[in-house]
Amino acid sequence: MSAREEILGRVRSALEGVDRTGTVPPAPRVTPVADLVGRFAERVEDYRAVVERCSEADLASRVAAALPAGARVVVPPGLGVEVPGARVDDGLSAAELDALDAVVTEAVVGIAETGTIVLDHGPGQGRRIISLVPDRHVCIVRAAQVVADVPDAIAVLDPARPLTWISGPSATSDIELNRVEGVHGPRVLHVLVVD
Amino acid sequence: MSATFVGMPAFPSAARAALADTQLRHNLAHATGTIRDKRARVVAEVEEWEDLRLAGAAVKQSALVDLDRHLVRLEETLTANGATVHWARDAAEANAIVARIARDHDADEVVKVKSMATQEIGLNEALAEEGILAWETDLAELIVQLGDDLPSHILVPAIHRNRAEIREIFLREMAGVGRPAPADLTDEPAVLAGAAREHLREKFLRAKVAVSGANFAVAETGTLVVVESEGNGRMCLTLPEVLVSVVGIEKVVPTWEGLDPLLRLLPRSSTGERMNPYTSTWSGVTPGDGPQEVHVVLLDNGRTRALADDVGRQALRCIRCSACLNVCPVYERVGGHAYGSVYPGPIGAILNPLMKGTGDPQTDSLPYASSLCGACFEVCPVRIDIPEVLVHLRAEVVDGHRGDRVPKAEAAAMAGAAWTLSDARRLAWVEKASGLAGRALTRFGRTRLPGGRAAAGRIPGPGAAAWTGARDLPAPPRESFRAWWRRTDGGRTDHTDTETGEGS
Amino acid sequence: MRVALMVTCFNDAMFPETGKAVVTLLRRLGVEVDFPAAQTCCAQPMVNTGYLDEAVPVVRTFVEAFAGYDAIVTPSGSCAGSARHQHGIVARRAGDPALTEAVAATSPKVYELSEFLVDVLGVTDVGAYFPHTVTYHPTCHSLRMIGVGDRPRRLLEAVRGLTLVELPGAAECCGFGGTFAVKNADTSVAMGADKARHVRETGAEVLVAGDNSCLMHVGGMLSRQQAGIRTVHLAEILAATEASVPEVVA
Repeated sequence: MSAREEILGRVRSALEGVDRTGTVPPAPRVTPVADLVGRFAERVEDYRAVVERCSEADLASRVAAALPAGARVVVPPGLGVEVPGARVDDGLSAAELDALDAVVTEAVVGIAETGTIVLDHGPGQGRRIISLVPDRHVCIVRAAQVVADVPDAIAVLDPARPLTWISGPSATSDIELNRVEGVHGPRVLHVLVVD
Repeated sequence: MSATFVGMPAFPSAARAALADTQLRHNLAHATGTIRDKRARVVAEVEEWEDLRLAGAAVKQSALVDLDRHLVRLEETLTANGATVHWARDAAEANAIVARIARDHDADEVVKVKSMATQEIGLNEALAEEGILAWETDLAELIVQLGDDLPSHILVPAIHRNRAEIREIFLREMAGVGRPAPADLTDEPAVLAGAAREHLREKFLRAKVAVSGANFAVAETGTLVVVESEGNGRMCLTLPEVLVSVVGIEKVVPTWEGLDPLLRLLPRSSTGERMNPYTSTWSGVTPGDGPQEVHVVLLDNGRTRALADDVGRQALRCIRCSACLNVCPVYERVGGHAYGSVYPGPIGAILNPLMKGTGDPQTDSLPYASSLCGACFEVCPVRIDIPEVLVHLRAEVVDGHRGDRVPKAEAAAMAGAAWTLSDARRLAWVEKASGLAGRALTRFGRTRLPGGRAAAGRIPGPGAAAWTGARDLPAPPRESFRAWWRRTDGGRTDHTDTETGEGS
Repeated sequence: MRVALMVTCFNDAMFPETGKAVVTLLRRLGVEVDFPAAQTCCAQPMVNTGYLDEAVPVVRTFVEAFAGYDAIVTPSGSCAGSARHQHGIVARRAGDPALTEAVAATSPKVYELSEFLVDVLGVTDVGAYFPHTVTYHPTCHSLRMIGVGDRPRRLLEAVRGLTLVELPGAAECCGFGGTFAVKNADTSVAMGADKARHVRETGAEVLVAGDNSCLMHVGGMLSRQQAGIRTVHLAEILAATEASVPEVVA
């Protein structure tokens, strides 16, 4: 008997006589706050990320200001803002990315309640690796992309795409449960919320 | 890593050794206290927390009671998404599958995301035997691996170590396995984390094969989910060409929507955050992005045994948040190693016997490693009634010995107690005898409780010594309550003042 | 309303003054309480140690002794919890539908003392007087198994002359845990030592709780430490008046 057949057989005999009907109650929803975007910005900041709000007109200059002088920058194809001097990712290797300083991407969803940014790695967001290896991630979130809470995000996200949920810079509490920002992912998360 | 849980003593003796380790006691009290407070703060933020728990528990329960159907569905969707699905009955089978995949790619090393399932099956040791080095990339797992140590906590496996110990381990061990720690390394947590970043980065950049577990596996969409903090997970899930995920069959979540309550419950319960820094979801292979060869090993290794237990089944709802460890007064004092398993604390005390079966003295000691205080159930995000399962497993342990030719002293004592306690007249007789003993103690004993009641100090003998080694024992009263009631018609004809409780 | 006192085997044999205090207190509040002489034990020691077969005759004795009462009052959160939550398990083990039915009739009628006073009688001021500084330890089973909430605290706050001081880490287990205290004595004592330390930090003269089992454990440690703090059951404080403040049994 194959392992598959044997395991499924064990499961079936384990569940013999067990009632398989059961209802899953709907998960409760938070009372949405009036100012979703404000809540989002505040909650992202709580993770010690840098958060700025700006208009579409100011975006390019804000992006430029978020990048240190002389920084080597990578951007994904299809980024909706001009980043002078940036290299467009055309399949850079991990080692090549490791030599760069910063990345600029857009996002697909912002979650107000938890201060979470979600990337689905479509156009303007790029391959998963590019927003991971460089040490500084400048991320553009548009006000219209901000939803109230996790269930709202789950509802609009496409599970067929790879998703990366980002809540602040990478962190660890492995040493005496003291939170330290910046381990393997970008040590700086700079979020531009575009109203 | 050569350290192993094999051959660990039963809980009481392992606990005795741990209790004497002052550094451990201090580290644990500090760490669990910190994390308890953080959790309490972020849970208090959620008005509907109890309803969220109910929803999360129901999602997991619905997966379990229909597990065969969801597993078949998961296999279909994963395969359609370009992943290869393997099934493993036990640890050896799972280890062999992972080793074969690594060998197929001529890999002599793999990078690993923190995974309870791979620790449970001893994957690193099995790969080492095949000449394949497995690098742990989670900071705490790295500390444990470099220190040739064992994990002692589900979430923070090096919770028993403090910063000074970690600095020493890094200075001593890093150079032997890769980039050395900087000579001027301090014990600042940020500096230590920086050293780990440098040390591991070269391993991430060159790795061809990564191994992960999964927090959730969505049957409907063929999606795996890894919840993490450091980004080492993202590195492993993104950089290498080949990804192998070892997933316990209980990790199945039926629908994409079902992730919602779980993703809200887990970070608040485990790290005390609104959301953990990184959650990655992937559905098989994404052309041009990330690993182009994706394997999923569905692991039984005792889970179907737990599933067959009507009371214990609920333990498979566990989402490995470790909230139960952090509130457990027993865990807080003895640490994780005393449980002799990668699953320590209250959840370990039930998962191990459920998955391995009872009958081994070490495993059988685990359900008793609890005062049944119920703090674990109170915080469990998926409402596992751990005390109920503990008591249920104790009965299983006792039942396993019912056929013994020579019954244990405890069994004889319990049989005697049952005989006495199933008839009030017998009980009254025993109380009378103990009252005589109490009278003798009152007359001749020199120990007095605060307030004046006679007591026994240290008494030799099993049971008595266990109690009186550290605790005075009140002497039995001269007259039991029932004797007083009978003698005085419920106090109506009492010539002493009932309110003072002064017997004559 | 027919009210029975379930004194518990532990109080019966070791702490009879607690049972007497319940009788005194309820009488003062106008409740005539019976003591069904056939009662023995709730069977928790057997159930919690894994001896379910041995628990069956004890539970049988329990439901027979308390059949027909409207309320069964007990000065123990732990034994109330056992009767409410474990008797059904024991009856299932016995495979006896009649026992299951009998349990279903008695279990919901079991009240821990503070529940009975506050919920059934609707009183928090029971007319007690206890001129001492007291700290209260909420026992685990009263807190988490049956959910007495703040009832004991409200009862204590209404006692004249009593000064209630906050116990740090109050909700943490004291380490008694029934047979745990003996089977895992080292861990039990480590937990008890911390509880005793917290009690001493309060500067209280008296430690009060709703379970004599936990009090015997913590009190035994305080005694061994010569801490100068005595333990008193909640019932005894509530029974005390200006006319009679309880002394300790010699």
